[in-house]
Amino acid sequence: MTHSLRTPLSRARGLGSAKHGVGHFIQQRATAIFLTVLLPWFALSILLGTDGSYDAVIAWMHHPLNAAGTALLVLTGLFHMRLGMQVVIEDYVTGAVGRTVSLLANTAIPAILAVIAILSVAKVFVGA
Amino acid sequence: MAGPQAHDKRPLSPHLQVWRWHVTMATSIFHRASGVALYLGAMVLTAWVMALASGPEAYGAFMAFLMNPLGLLILFAITAAACYHLANGVRHLAWDAGKGFDPKVSTVTGWATIIAGAVGAVLVFALAFLA
Repeated sequence: MTHSLRTPLSRARGLGSAKHGVGHFIQQRATAIFLTVLLPWFALSILLGTDGSYDAVIAWMHHPLNAAGTALLVLTGLFHMRLGMQVVIEDYVTGAVGRTVSLLANTAIPAILAVIAILSVAKVFVGA
Repeated sequence: MAGPQAHDKRPLSPHLQVWRWHVTMATSIFHRASGVALYLGAMVLTAWVMALASGPEAYGAFMAFLMNPLGLLILFAITAAACYHLANGVRHLAWDAGKGFDPKVSTVTGWATIIAGAVGAVLVFALAFLA
């Protein structure tokens, strides 16, 4: 390090932000705005439109708008959730290994949940 | 990775132990806590659609678990977290638009989001089980 030919300014630049902060900020807010519509719609539609029984929920999910809305809620919610948890991890998990493992898990878990949920919604919508 | 360093004598930002609790601070902490809790909410929602896609037996077993006292407690906590996070999220969006920063206003809106979380969760449960 002491024999490096890099200037202090160059080193400082290399240690700076990843230049993705604004994108993260905007995506967090954009998904939040969509969720203020999607989440109340989903809760009220399920509660008022069905009695929670298997047959009623299956019939509800057969409607294209309900299946699409549920899929959008899941995808938007998981995307928003991943962004939020990323900030929490970056704030509180300081060790390099722990932080890397946590961030990888925070990518894997929402992705797994998204695939399961989308396949499930698609299966119910198409058949059964 | 720059972790907390013992030899670093610079002042640290205030931590939970040394802060007097007040509502704007509590709403900030609750926002994070409810967001983390909604990780579980997303898992429950995914498990619910998966049970629905797996057939009447799986759906029945899943709903039977949710309607147990423990399941209901988890469901109510998730509902309260969702209602609170939604209400306080709107407060954050207003802040992002530059509105509501005044200490008096943010104290009032802070109490409003806490009340909205509690009332919202009770309303959702009333709608689900009484209507």
